[in-house]
Amino acid sequence: MAITLTEKAATHVKNYIAKRGKGVGLRLAVRTTGCSGLAYVLEFADTTNEGDMAFESHGVRVFVDPKSLAYIDGTELDYAREGLNEGFKFNNPNVKDACGCGESFNV
Amino acid sequence: MALLQIAEPGMSAAPHQHRLAVGIDLGTTNSLVATVRSGMSVVLSDENGRPLLPSIVRYGADGQIQVGYEAQAHQCADPQNTLISVKRFMGRGLKDIPHAHEMPYKFIDAPGMVQIKTAAGIKSPVEMSAEILKVLRARAEKALGGELVGAVITVPAYFDDAQRQATKDAARLAGLNVLRLLNEPTAAAVAYGLDNATEGIYAVYDLGGGTFDISILRLQKGVFEVLATNGDSALGGDDFDRRVFCWVLEQATLTPLNANDTRLLMGKSREVKEELTTHPETRFTAMLSTGEMVDLQITSRILAEITQSLVQKTLTPTRKALRDAGLTTADIKGVVMVGGATRMPHIQRAVADFFKQEPLTNLDPDKVVALGAAIQANVLAGNKSGEDMLLLDVIPLSLGIETMGGLVEKVIPRNATIPTARGQDFTTYKDGQTAMSFHVVQGERELVADCRSLARFELRGIPPMVAGAARIRVTFQVDADGLLSVSAREQSSGVEAAISVKPSYGLTDDQITGMLAASRDYATEDMLARALKEQQVEANSILAAVAAAIEADGTLLTPEERAAIVASQNALRQALAGTDHHALKAAIEALNHATESFAARRMDASVKQALTGQKLADIST
Repeated sequence: MAITLTEKAATHVKNYIAKRGKGVGLRLAVRTTGCSGLAYVLEFADTTNEGDMAFESHGVRVFVDPKSLAYIDGTELDYAREGLNEGFKFNNPNVKDACGCGESFNV
Repeated sequence: MALLQIAEPGMSAAPHQHRLAVGIDLGTTNSLVATVRSGMSVVLSDENGRPLLPSIVRYGADGQIQVGYEAQAHQCADPQNTLISVKRFMGRGLKDIPHAHEMPYKFIDAPGMVQIKTAAGIKSPVEMSAEILKVLRARAEKALGGELVGAVITVPAYFDDAQRQATKDAARLAGLNVLRLLNEPTAAAVAYGLDNATEGIYAVYDLGGGTFDISILRLQKGVFEVLATNGDSALGGDDFDRRVFCWVLEQATLTPLNANDTRLLMGKSREVKEELTTHPETRFTAMLSTGEMVDLQITSRILAEITQSLVQKTLTPTRKALRDAGLTTADIKGVVMVGGATRMPHIQRAVADFFKQEPLTNLDPDKVVALGAAIQANVLAGNKSGEDMLLLDVIPLSLGIETMGGLVEKVIPRNATIPTARGQDFTTYKDGQTAMSFHVVQGERELVADCRSLARFELRGIPPMVAGAARIRVTFQVDADGLLSVSAREQSSGVEAAISVKPSYGLTDDQITGMLAASRDYATEDMLARALKEQQVEANSILAAVAAAIEADGTLLTPEERAAIVASQNALRQALAGTDHHALKAAIEALNHATESFAARRMDASVKQALTGQKLADIST
């Protein structure tokens, strides 16, 4: 399994990192907060940590710590537009149920 | 499903606790809202993909309120209730608004700020601006999928306290938490990342729809200081459209047009002007209501020629601003272009020639102010790590308090970085004085009459003491938005009084630059005026004291002594009527001298009196 990005998501990430002027890639993680137990973390990565799993998808390097990977392995990160709003979306096959907002989930 | 943005390392927000913040450019002609998404500042467009919101509000008789393009559609049919350029009325009294009688509005001269009678009742410019802000807020909340924690709103650098306060009030009315008011040129500089540079002096050239502003900024240790502003409040892109329109009338030898044809040709003129930004030539074609066809070839060279004088009109204030700042073009490290009209290549060329360097044009000049405001909002909302410095602003004019004789005691000097708080001690002028009135003023001159009055308040309940014994600490506090609050506290009794300055009238930028220039031009006069006033205060005070002493203890004087004192008193009164502060000072000293032995005798007498009839034991303890 792995973490992948859709081409659209990768284009946006590359654009953001270029604009930001620094960063080695993207960090995905899971935090134990939120109304349904777990919450996604999506950050720029300036450094890699020991034990990080590294993936590459459409030219974007993605880092995930092994503990988080268990919850999100197989996830495809997409970029979507909903009305005026736009942003990244986790298509995570491990999710059993998510809260209405979709920001936190359960496996 | 919520859509996520990429956060800075370690700065991810908990679910439902995103710190959503926006930057708002509340413009005279158009307004915009921007935010930082995944580290990138972007302008938020409406459902139709339009980034700009025309700053136009229309009040219907049924109480319906339309804003933006919807309101713009009614501008011609219902001018009385369709309000444009409301920003010009913010924090202004009727007498501050030039050409008010030429506008189609029913102005009401309310104290403090003008109001306008509309079909939906009497409305203030603050309420009108709030309607614009409400639309932008709704747009932002839809686009960001949540409630905003706050907004940074931009204001012109020359906005005074009244105008800033009015802007803040409008935001509050629109349900927005104002994180900071930011100067427009500063926001533009931030959008270009100039705040990351070490230091330097920058010029911001802002040619909007109907106004031109030039600002000279100095960046030093993370602080943008506004060195000078200048401009023309009646010059903008619209004037360029009008020149094209006139050119068309001339070329096509058109007879006077009806209103519809005028509007048609004005609209076409604008289109053609915009076309010529990217194309060397284009055609002007229009069918008039008379069936007449207008078809002309226009080139960018013709456009440059017919608008040459307008471009020159922007360079005159630019030159003045540089002169006010005491700089030459060689001192300018970068030039930022703001406002849609700066897209015209011949303007960019003129600016490049003037400053002898290429101006910064790679950001959309319509959006650059909003983009910078969004970057600041993102930092203030706490989405960036500590290494990013907070931007500081400075106060544009000194703040002070009136002292005896109509003099200004400056408490916070001009260009002090904000937020700031400074205190100064004052005292009573008369024996037994129990109240003190404070007059807060803004300006660079030495006399109150030459500065601008901001507010007055009183401190009552001071315990009666001899003149000069009370210690009254006056504290001026300016918050990060440049808004002032003043408090006064008598130290021994703790009585307090305070005021937030919501001044009643505004100054134009011309007045501000005028006031600054005057403070330099009149430096010597001001110094003399101050010296004279100080001596006058001193003279009045000593005359009052001597008169009181003679009244109380006149019996201690011999007739000769009394005659000498009266002569000195008269000499002093005479000197007081003149304007020579040296002569006045001499007369004060003469009176002091004439009363020396009298004062000593009074002292002895009062000591004797105090001791009379008391046992030694009582006074030695």
